[in-house]
Amino acid sequence: MAQMNLLQAINHALVTAMSADDRVMVLGEDVGHFGGVFRATSELQAKFGQARCFNTPITEQGIIGFATGLAAQGQVPVAEIQFADYIFPAFDQIVNETAKYRYRSGGQFNCGNLTIRTPYGGGIAGGHYHSQSPEAFFTHIPGIKVVIPSNPYYAKGLLLAAIRDPDPVLFMEPKRIYRAAVGEVPEDDYTLPIGRAHVVQEGADITLVAWGAQVAIIQKAAAMAKAEGISCAVIDLCSLLPWDVNTVCASVKRTGRLLINHEAPVTSGFASEIAATVQGECFLYLEAPIQRVCGLDTPFPLIHEKEYMPDEHKTLAAIKYAVHF
Amino acid sequence: MAIKERNHLQDIQATHDVHVIKNGLVDIPMLQLLDAQGNLLSQELDLWDEQTALRIFKSMHYIRILDERMVSAQRQGRISFYLACTGEEASVIASTAALSNADMVMTQYREQGVLAYRGYRTEQFMNQLLSNALDPNKGRQMPIHYGDKALNFMTVSSPLGTQIPQAAGYAYGQKMAGEPALTICYFGEGAASEGDFHAGLNMAAVLHCPVIFFCRNNGYAISTPAHEQFAGDGIASRGIGYGVNTIRVDGNDPLAVYLATLKAREIALTDNCPVLIEAMTYRLAAHSTSDDPASYRAKSEEQEWQLKDPIVRMQRHLQQQGWFDQTHIDEYCTTQRAEILQALKTAEIQPKTDISEIVTDVYQDIPAHLARQRDELIAHIKRHPEHYPATIMSNKD
Repeated sequence: MAQMNLLQAINHALVTAMSADDRVMVLGEDVGHFGGVFRATSELQAKFGQARCFNTPITEQGIIGFATGLAAQGQVPVAEIQFADYIFPAFDQIVNETAKYRYRSGGQFNCGNLTIRTPYGGGIAGGHYHSQSPEAFFTHIPGIKVVIPSNPYYAKGLLLAAIRDPDPVLFMEPKRIYRAAVGEVPEDDYTLPIGRAHVVQEGADITLVAWGAQVAIIQKAAAMAKAEGISCAVIDLCSLLPWDVNTVCASVKRTGRLLINHEAPVTSGFASEIAATVQGECFLYLEAPIQRVCGLDTPFPLIHEKEYMPDEHKTLAAIKYAVHF
Repeated sequence: MAIKERNHLQDIQATHDVHVIKNGLVDIPMLQLLDAQGNLLSQELDLWDEQTALRIFKSMHYIRILDERMVSAQRQGRISFYLACTGEEASVIASTAALSNADMVMTQYREQGVLAYRGYRTEQFMNQLLSNALDPNKGRQMPIHYGDKALNFMTVSSPLGTQIPQAAGYAYGQKMAGEPALTICYFGEGAASEGDFHAGLNMAAVLHCPVIFFCRNNGYAISTPAHEQFAGDGIASRGIGYGVNTIRVDGNDPLAVYLATLKAREIALTDNCPVLIEAMTYRLAAHSTSDDPASYRAKSEEQEWQLKDPIVRMQRHLQQQGWFDQTHIDEYCTTQRAEILQALKTAEIQPKTDISEIVTDVYQDIPAHLARQRDELIAHIKRHPEHYPATIMSNKD
């Protein structure tokens, strides 16, 4: 085991994957010699050569189209989009190509070896072009998987799983906690299952669900609620597509209440999907309306970032509302 | 000039060899009118007047000073982010000088020189950089994302190259409205890799849009050198492919940039067509305050380009013309430095935008769901003011 932050864990996963399989290649803007603007790909070019870790021209549609073709040929590309805010030129490639390669060819061709890494989320004074959480757009695309780690241990295990998964995976990295999230990470090769949530803590009164950097926020809210005599179960969803319905519903059946927290705007956010499913599966168990503590339906603000964020105080207020409903 | 219909086979000359057009066959020259000593390299052109030359020179100095002060303000934690134009002042400012103030400007994000030349005031720069309530963009964007309707300067957006097809559309609108004005669109050689560049140039050419595409080929896109960005003869060679009139210019030669842009403007407005200018320059600055070029380029390379500093070249030219007054420029720079520092202090203590603005301008009118979200947010903050000490709320009841 070694102490790593989330960035180091990602870098470690990439080193592990590239060492284990010569077909693994890392591409994206500034990922080469420079090691990426956040240094997630640091030293990869020095270790594995320019042919396997290389800068691309600035064209996100080009990067994902190229990586999709590379994967179809049998290589294992890990493509970086520098900020999730800049993934949209690649939306056509992802929606119409990457996600449908296997389906449209009846399984003759696939680009399942592709992993797309991209930092997302707010809390870095980045305004609307360096802060967005676009995960819900991608959970609406049958044919790709969407994975979001919340700490270094999950980052490494889930990224290795994503790289080796037989389907294309969008791996979204909560950049706010790139350096702040530190923990013990095995130095060996290991994977964690995609599609399975992690129960951070059990609780009796309400189930709190989040992913990425917001997991720490609901943990804080749970601790504050505990001081007021409320027992919260905390679930880190880890994967959004597919997501772990069983774990979430089993918890809600025990607590009778559910709160979902995400940074993205509330309307058509992934909380809506969870709420609809849980309402269907746990209807007779629910003792309060399902709470969504999310971003406002506005572009991500700069000067009002603090007020916009679904922080622990808003979460605590919603916990109390649900428990005293 | 009649335009050949290239999709009609009879217009194409046949060849009976396998005719390979080799990469590198296109070798586009670069317009250069001043050498490093400021000597005029051609006597054939109508020069600029003293007043224009001095205004450009002062704006170049102003931007150099502003950039230095703001990079250091960022280091001191007084602003969150900055992006300097150092080394590219001639490209940006001399091109602006060749335009009319009625011409729309769409930039990438390194073109603060346009604003300076057009008369944006120091306190306006500071209000944006400090995201205070006096910023017309209401503190919604990171520093350097300026926008000013009065100066025909479209608000900056961070995504790369998105403004390129928009500039074509804006220019088409100007043509349809009969305005005697065009659009200039600035971007870097890195942004020219985006699909939007190709879409924008092609549409502008096909739809005869009076637009100047001005590429600052400054050698680097963050850490990525130009040779990892493209393999052809720069960005200029692409203009030819799209049927766009193209000029390559020494971007550190203010006179060449000025005259090239004048010519481009004349062509664009007379013939209703796009013109691509590729300015060959160098980003002496870091990409931004989040970047350190020491890890990806040699100091010696930077030093080589420091010798081509456009401000030095401009000064030598002014001296040769007998237009340079050392005392005057020293006084100007001293005054600007003091004014910038004072304006920074003033802007720092201005209040931030009111919390009620969090839902404005998303739509023209605030829809019911956003009004409700605003009210819930304000009620939450009022219940827990201790957690939101910096929130500005004019309506306290």
